[in-house]
Amino acid sequence: MGFSIERFSATRRLVLQGALTAAGAVALFGLGGLAALPARAATDDKYPEEAFRQKADKDAIQALYGRTAETSDKVKLDAPEIAENGAVVPISVTTTLDNVTSISFLVSGNPNALAASYVIPEGTLPAVSNRLKMQQTSNVIAIVEAGGKLFSATKEVKVTVGGCGG
Amino acid sequence: MASTIRVRAIANGDVTEVQALIQHPMDSGFVKDAQGQVIPAHFIQQLTFEHNGKRVFAADWGPAVAKDPYVKFGFKGASKGDELKVSWIDNKGASDSITAKIQ
Repeated sequence: MGFSIERFSATRRLVLQGALTAAGAVALFGLGGLAALPARAATDDKYPEEAFRQKADKDAIQALYGRTAETSDKVKLDAPEIAENGAVVPISVTTTLDNVTSISFLVSGNPNALAASYVIPEGTLPAVSNRLKMQQTSNVIAIVEAGGKLFSATKEVKVTVGGCGG
Repeated sequence: MASTIRVRAIANGDVTEVQALIQHPMDSGFVKDAQGQVIPAHFIQQLTFEHNGKRVFAADWGPAVAKDPYVKFGFKGASKGDELKVSWIDNKGASDSITAKIQ
């Protein structure tokens, strides 16, 4: 008789232990998920597939950073007034903001708004120049992530020949 | 084999200015060829710059980055003669890398 009670309690202990570990795992996962949210690509090497798939600029920013940006005159976006060739539009951004962790470029009129996103580790200057494609006349948006907040600058670029059509 | 990456890194005082030009079609997947067939998307997704094993700059690119992409940035903490490693990977899994001396 004593044997079976012993066995029972051992099983019970195992079950309880299992439940505890499971709870622990859930708690860890929950925390990890939360901690990963605000930091975005600065710490995460994963390609933000989801953000690049979004069509609208707002959705892309939301998918990439999980928050919205506020307009800031400390973000200087340099793009041409008129781009003769939409296939190659030189666009650059600089900022006087401190603690910049990433810079992203969006083109509102493109099939998918997000064009490029750059990680700025500590020690790297918060300035990027690159060349983007533009399908049509639309706004170009630069997003600067600084101190965990998002700042943006927008400029309309007129395109005479689109860069996405054949 | 000639590298697809051309990089120039110049140390000027505290700041090293880096310019990179990469040969890549950067096909967006929206363009049709002469026969009316859609050219499948083929573009660089990630580009990384490392100095002494530390990542100093990284890009996540979509198909809206222009063909034969160009990028320019600057970083602190490097000196003349240091090595800068540049590598990219595209959406088809192809990749290339090069190590350049900072001038």
